[in-house]
Amino acid sequence: MGFNQTKGSSGVVVVQVEGQLIVGNRHELKDLVQAALEKGERRLLVDFSRTGYIDSSGLGALVSISKRIREMGGELRLSGLNDDLRSLFELTKLDTLFAITETPEQALTSF
Amino acid sequence: MTSPLRLCVRRTSASETRGSATLVTLRLPSDVNCIEEAVELVTRHCLAGHDATRTIRFRLRVVLSEALSNAIMRGNGEDHTKWVEVRAELVPEAIRVSVTDEGPGFDPGAVPEPLRPEQLDEAGGRGLYLIRKLVDVVQFNEQGNSICMILRRP
Repeated sequence: MGFNQTKGSSGVVVVQVEGQLIVGNRHELKDLVQAALEKGERRLLVDFSRTGYIDSSGLGALVSISKRIREMGGELRLSGLNDDLRSLFELTKLDTLFAITETPEQALTSF
Repeated sequence: MTSPLRLCVRRTSASETRGSATLVTLRLPSDVNCIEEAVELVTRHCLAGHDATRTIRFRLRVVLSEALSNAIMRGNGEDHTKWVEVRAELVPEAIRVSVTDEGPGFDPGAVPEPLRPEQLDEAGGRGLYLIRKLVDVVQFNEQGNSICMILRRP
C-alpha cells in the first residue's frame, strides 16, 4: 500500500494509489499533495487503476485535497475507478464533486 | 516483528441440513495501522475456497475497514490498551461479521445521512452511511459498541 508520484511531459502530477486508500495512509496522501502544491504544482491527477478499496477516511482525504487544490487555484482529476470503486463515489454523491475520467490518459488530455 | 493480531479459524464440514460453515475470530489492538492486515486476514480466511464474487469481496473489505476504523478511533479512542474483536461467519446463504470495541457505545440513530449539498465538502461523516448502503442488514447491540453486518450471498 503506497503512492507512486510521477510528472510527465504534460506537466500534470500523477499520483497512483497502489493498494488501499484508507484511514491508515490517508495522511500520507494529504502530505504528498500539500508538498506538490508548495512546489508550485497546480494540476494533479489521482489514479486508482491499481487500487483495491477505499474507505470513508480515504474519500474524506480526497475531499480535503480537492478543497485545498481549489483554494490554491489548481485542478484535481480522478481516474481508473472500476465499477466497485465508482459505486462508493456514487453512493456518497462524490461523483458530483470530482472530475472523473475512465483512464489516466483521458484525464491528461482533458486538463 | 511479530504481528499483534490474534487469529482463530474454525471450519465445520458440510452436513445435510445446513451445509459447511467457517468461523473466523480476530483480536487486534486499537491501532489504525493494523486495519489493512486485519481486513485481509478476515477476508482471506472467511472466503477461502468459496466462489464469492468480486463485488462481495470488495464490499466485505470496505465495511470491515469502516467498522474497524470506527471501533478503534471512536469506540476505543485509539487507546492502545484496548482491543477490538472481530467475528466473521460464513454460512451458505450469508456472511455475518461483527466488530466489538471496549468503548461506551454510541447511538447509531443519531448519525445523520451525509448527502446534503453543504455536506459534500466535509471530510468526515460517511462511514456508517457507507456500511448501511453496502450490506443487507446492519444491527447494533443495546450498548452501541458492537455492530453486526450481514451480506447475503447471491
